[in-house]
Amino acid sequence: MIFGRSERGKPATEPVTLKILVAGGFGVGKTTLVAAVSEIRPLRTEELLTEVGRPVDDLSGVEAKHTTTVAMDFGRITLREDLVLYLFGTPGQERFWFMWDELSEGALGAVVLADTRRLEDCFAAIDYFERRDIPFLVAVNCFEDAARHPVDDVRRALDLDDGTPVVLCDARDRGSVKEVLVGVVQHAMARASGRRRTVAI
Amino acid sequence: MSGDGQARSHWFDDEAGPVVRPYAMTRGRTTHAAQHRLDLIAVVVAEPHVDDPETDHTLSPEHVDIVRLCRGTAQSVAELAAELDLPVGVVRVLVGDLVDQRYVHVNRPVPPAELPDESILRDVINGLRAL
Repeated sequence: MIFGRSERGKPATEPVTLKILVAGGFGVGKTTLVAAVSEIRPLRTEELLTEVGRPVDDLSGVEAKHTTTVAMDFGRITLREDLVLYLFGTPGQERFWFMWDELSEGALGAVVLADTRRLEDCFAAIDYFERRDIPFLVAVNCFEDAARHPVDDVRRALDLDDGTPVVLCDARDRGSVKEVLVGVVQHAMARASGRRRTVAI
Repeated sequence: MSGDGQARSHWFDDEAGPVVRPYAMTRGRTTHAAQHRLDLIAVVVAEPHVDDPETDHTLSPEHVDIVRLCRGTAQSVAELAAELDLPVGVVRVLVGDLVDQRYVHVNRPVPPAELPDESILRDVINGLRAL
């Protein structure tokens, strides 16, 4: 009748972890989107830029500055005890591209969050994911004071491939963000099965 | 005492190289042999049988904190970094030490460029819908 196991002796569950990236311009609502679905308050990890082997920034004139910090906000969704999804907001500034390489490695897919008042802010993210062949969708965050544009107009303005989904969303709304994430996974699945078929032929 | 503040900010000389305080915890190491395996979402799991890390004097307080956090609930590298308020690079080195000393092991996420199983993706979709 000994069902209780001591905490110490019990191996911790070892979950499968997956990640989805959330990219987009500064202030477009990346952290808001993460917060809307995360079970934890979005956490912040930091990385210092002075690492061995990395060309060091020219510090002339700012000698007192020895390190630069890149912050990444992330959230967690435990789907099952053994299946955990992490959402990572990508650092907004383009000079931190190298962090994206690390973040995107092994990513399931990505959300590019767009604001129709400044669509150009997400061009860089779209280029990045297209070049690296990472499945992504564009989610237009519908700000209250922004004019609504039909999805097709946004698609044309961003010059997206036909296969790339564009959806409207409200980054503050849990239900809306859930649908966006489901969309990313479905898109990743569709692409993967398309590829498998090509290989089979 | 005047000018003391200025003097203090230059107590090290250029020969010492850049001073990066968080890396003092890693004794200056910025990489670890095991590091290539440590993705942000790699999961660090405490070995259930290990002795109390606090009694091991070769470990730093940060090492001990990591083992303690991973006990009971496995933690991702990103979570450890956020929880301990340490740069990810530092956590990687410290976790590498703990792997070497068999206090923890690391579960790698799905390897890059290999999409996870379709059944896992389906589980993700169903899980999200059920939230």
